Amino acid sequence: MSASLLEVSDLTVDFGAVPAVRGVDLAVRRGETLGIVGESGSGKSVTALAVLGLLPRAAAVGGSVRLDGRELVGLPDKELARIRGSRIAMVFQDPLSAFTPVYRIGDQIVEALRIHRPQGRAAARRRAAELLDLVGIPAPERALDSFPHEFSGGMRQRAMIAMAIANDPDILLADEPTTALDVTIQAQVLDVLRTAQRETGAALVLVSHDLGVIAGMADRVAVMYAGRVVETAPVDELFARPRHPYTLGLIGAVPRLDGRGGPLVPIPGTPPAPGTVTGCPFAARCPLVEDRCRTAEPALTGDDGHLAACVRAGELAARAPRPEEVYPVPPVPPAGRPGEEILRVTGLVKTFPVLKGTVFKRRVGTVHAVDGVDLAIRRGETLGLVGESGSGKSTTLYELLALTRPEAGRIDLLGRDTAGLDRAGTRELRRAVQIVFQDPMASLDPRMPVGDIIAEPLRAQAAPRAQIDRRIPQLLRQVGLEPAHASRYPHQFSGGQRQRISIARALAVEPELLVLDEPVSALDVSIQAGVLNLLQRLKAELGLAYLFVSHDLSVIRHLADRVSVMYLGHTVEAGTVESVFESPRHPYTRALLSAVPLPDPVAERARTRILLAGDPPSPRERPSGCPFRARCQVHALLDDARRARCEQEVPLPQAAAPGVDHLAACHYPDA
Amino acid sequence: MIGYLARRLGYYAVLLVVAVFLAYALASAALGPRTYFEAKQPRPSAAAVDRQLTALNINDRTPVTTRFGVWAEDLVLHGDLGRTIHDTSVNEEFGRRIWVSLRLLLVGSLLGMALGVAGGAWSAVKQYRLPDRALTILSFVLLSMPVFLVALFLKNGAIAAKDATGREVIPFVGYETPGLAGGVGAHLADWGLHLLLPTLALALGGLATYSRYQRSTMLDVLGSDYLRTAEAKGLTRNRALLKHGLRTAVIPMSTMFAYNFLALFTGAAFTETIFAWHGMGEWFIQAINEQDVNAVVAVNLFAAVTVLAAGFLADALHAALDPRVRY
Ligand code: SF4
Ligand code: SF4
Repeated sequence: MSASLLEVSDLTVDFGAVPAVRGVDLAVRRGETLGIVGESGSGKSVTALAVLGLLPRAAAVGGSVRLDGRELVGLPDKELARIRGSRIAMVFQDPLSAFTPVYRIGDQIVEALRIHRPQGRAAARRRAAELLDLVGIPAPERALDSFPHEFSGGMRQRAMIAMAIANDPDILLADEPTTALDVTIQAQVLDVLRTAQRETGAALVLVSHDLGVIAGMADRVAVMYAGRVVETAPVDELFARPRHPYTLGLIGAVPRLDGRGGPLVPIPGTPPAPGTVTGCPFAARCPLVEDRCRTAEPALTGDDGHLAACVRAGELAARAPRPEEVYPVPPVPPAGRPGEEILRVTGLVKTFPVLKGTVFKRRVGTVHAVDGVDLAIRRGETLGLVGESGSGKSTTLYELLALTRPEAGRIDLLGRDTAGLDRAGTRELRRAVQIVFQDPMASLDPRMPVGDIIAEPLRAQAAPRAQIDRRIPQLLRQVGLEPAHASRYPHQFSGGQRQRISIARALAVEPELLVLDEPVSALDVSIQAGVLNLLQRLKAELGLAYLFVSHDLSVIRHLADRVSVMYLGHTVEAGTVESVFESPRHPYTRALLSAVPLPDPVAERARTRILLAGDPPSPRERPSGCPFRARCQVHALLDDARRARCEQEVPLPQAAAPGVDHLAACHYPDA
Repeated sequence: MIGYLARRLGYYAVLLVVAVFLAYALASAALGPRTYFEAKQPRPSAAAVDRQLTALNINDRTPVTTRFGVWAEDLVLHGDLGRTIHDTSVNEEFGRRIWVSLRLLLVGSLLGMALGVAGGAWSAVKQYRLPDRALTILSFVLLSMPVFLVALFLKNGAIAAKDATGREVIPFVGYETPGLAGGVGAHLADWGLHLLLPTLALALGGLATYSRYQRSTMLDVLGSDYLRTAEAKGLTRNRALLKHGLRTAVIPMSTMFAYNFLALFTGAAFTETIFAWHGMGEWFIQAINEQDVNAVVAVNLFAAVTVLAAGFLADALHAALDPRVRY
């Protein structure tokens, strides 16, 4: 351990009386990648910030952080500032707000360079351009003069990495560096991080909630829970033989893109409120809990660099159980056979005008948000709608829910064309289609008791009082809550429970189609698993159909029967989940799938990644021919004659073979 | 950026014309120069009054649009603002008073803004600690006091100081010592000293408003990611605060400046009267009492031009501070 570059021991951080970090030990060796994984509130980001002394003043930091043996805790700001950015540099989560909006990117990088090594502006500028080039920003000279808002999210994060490595740091601290990004962009940025690490020889400390990202990047992993490290081990060891029940549960809770890994393991309950724990902080949620767990907090112990803070760690090490052997997994009833078609969308189009001017608006362009979308869902079936930001999936949803005549194309809901609905028809369809939003806190009225929230759609349908009173307890039970919860308010529930309330509200009027708009994206994985299992159960019990919108392909793989992939307003591939995920045909789908990290270090290393070039084009520009052309990895390798076809002709969805439910809109699928 | 500012300038020019016409119409409708002449002793004949009114182009029997036309033509072609009700030149009076007022407004508004920005930023950094609380209380006291009250307090303070020491420590009448001997330096010092109290009366109001807004924008910035980035790359907290924090937090103040200038105007009228400055504000009040339409319109023109100039200045400042608006 003496070879450690950075050594954190017994680090504590308190915000007033609230302990956020309670005795963290970490060691980072030269050149290695340490992954810190944990859910929200686990203290992982606070730990990273504490190392650099970047916490707000209200935070009291205790314990020790040593860089090459030099103590950093308690150093005056002036001394610390000399280390920040030169020996330890940081990459933050949200590249949107991490650059000062009023300065040019170049000036901000130049500033970083000149703080630590006094040099002329011109020299620093040349160096900044080199750095931007290194992280793969095209036309670096011009990029230097851009303002942050002119960059896309991925570009900003690249620039952020360039700035972090500007002074050849020994340690690169990356706090959720890809969380706000789309998966193809995430793959690019992770690649840039690897390059940056290679070029500088720096150690990388990668803080993330995403087990897949950690599995693909880290050499060693520390798992944090309730302000402490509960397990730490080399990455293969940790994923193959976790010794702490929490780690085991986490691994079991993540849906996997490759379809392996069995049913999802929900970890019951929620993390304890900070400052309330005696004994093992995981005891309230642990299936292996014993009396002795509650008396004292287990120490982090073990051998061969594999340590765990659990009294039964030895047992787990010896037995190496699968998650579902330790955690009770609720049985998911088998889904029935899908019934008749209840939604069909053909050739849906939605455009928005781009306006300019303050007083007199003039139209200067058109956003082709949805530019030819086809969807079909049968009763009892889940259709996953996949796409990155700007793909038009949200607009598609709003067009569906508007229940009016679309700009072009046709929507048939429950056998009725939405273009010609009368009042009664609209009313009936409003009942039959319900939506659950991403953020339950924003979609639940904080001043209403839960019972009233759930009853709202019923009241809107003018249901009799007696029926409402009967339905509420029934609905709450259906989503795994207690009838007594009806009188409480949304803020008294955890995120997962709130999402259950939203689902109960949607179910109140017995809909036939449930539109789920990123319903688990705001939840931690351990909570997400429970909600996904619930959705699966409800579908089987009630014979519902789901339109499930998500950017998370693993979730779609786990839950959906069929999947539809969107790019730039077009449906580019559709089919059964097995066929699309096992043998994707469209180049975009293939790249997308290869970009999703697997929570399995061995499988991760074995994969080859298709890295797409650049960002998705703006929907304002409508490229001729294939919308994916500019980034297509297949197109780039075609001969001129075949290329011309991609450039001139819009590819139409074609089945893999006659009668097979697997369409791709590409001239050269399977190439 | 030039294009953007040019467009704003065009927009302000249109606003100016509209504002001046409205002021003219309003002053013509609200004021009754006829009664002013009729109340003269001995009472002139109706025909004489009419003739006099027509000569001054303020006859209420002529349609207001015609009068405005004549007035505007004189202004545009000859730079002539017309005659006062005493048949003296408005231009002369205007020229005498404009520098008196501008001096007060310029120094008062800029000082108020500077104090407010500094105070607000400081207050935010020291949130909930003594300096913040003290400044908060002071601002609320000032905000709840009309400017003339502040001015009176200051004046009475100066009077009390004079009574106590037996000599005028800080001057509180007029804008210069009449018949002061000495060189340029002595004159400048004398001006500065005379400026002190009236400017303070105006600036304190600015301090109160600006510091409230600056405090809240600064608080937003204090929690921002980019401030953390600035520190992470090696700036000390204080340098990051100044260079990245304050620089961004001050942007909304430019808009505030434009709005606040308007309020300042009313305040200035009272302040001038209280400290016996012969400026625009004093003239305005006097002109209303004398039913002097052309003088009132002239002061309004001055007000409109300065307020719109302040607006334009605010735009220029905003565009300079925030590159995102230069579309
Ligand atoms: S110490 Fe006990 S409660 Fe804690 S994780 Fe281990 S078995 Fe579970
Ligand atoms: S049509 Fe051409 S450009 Fe489009 S996805 Fe297929 S190969 Fe690529």
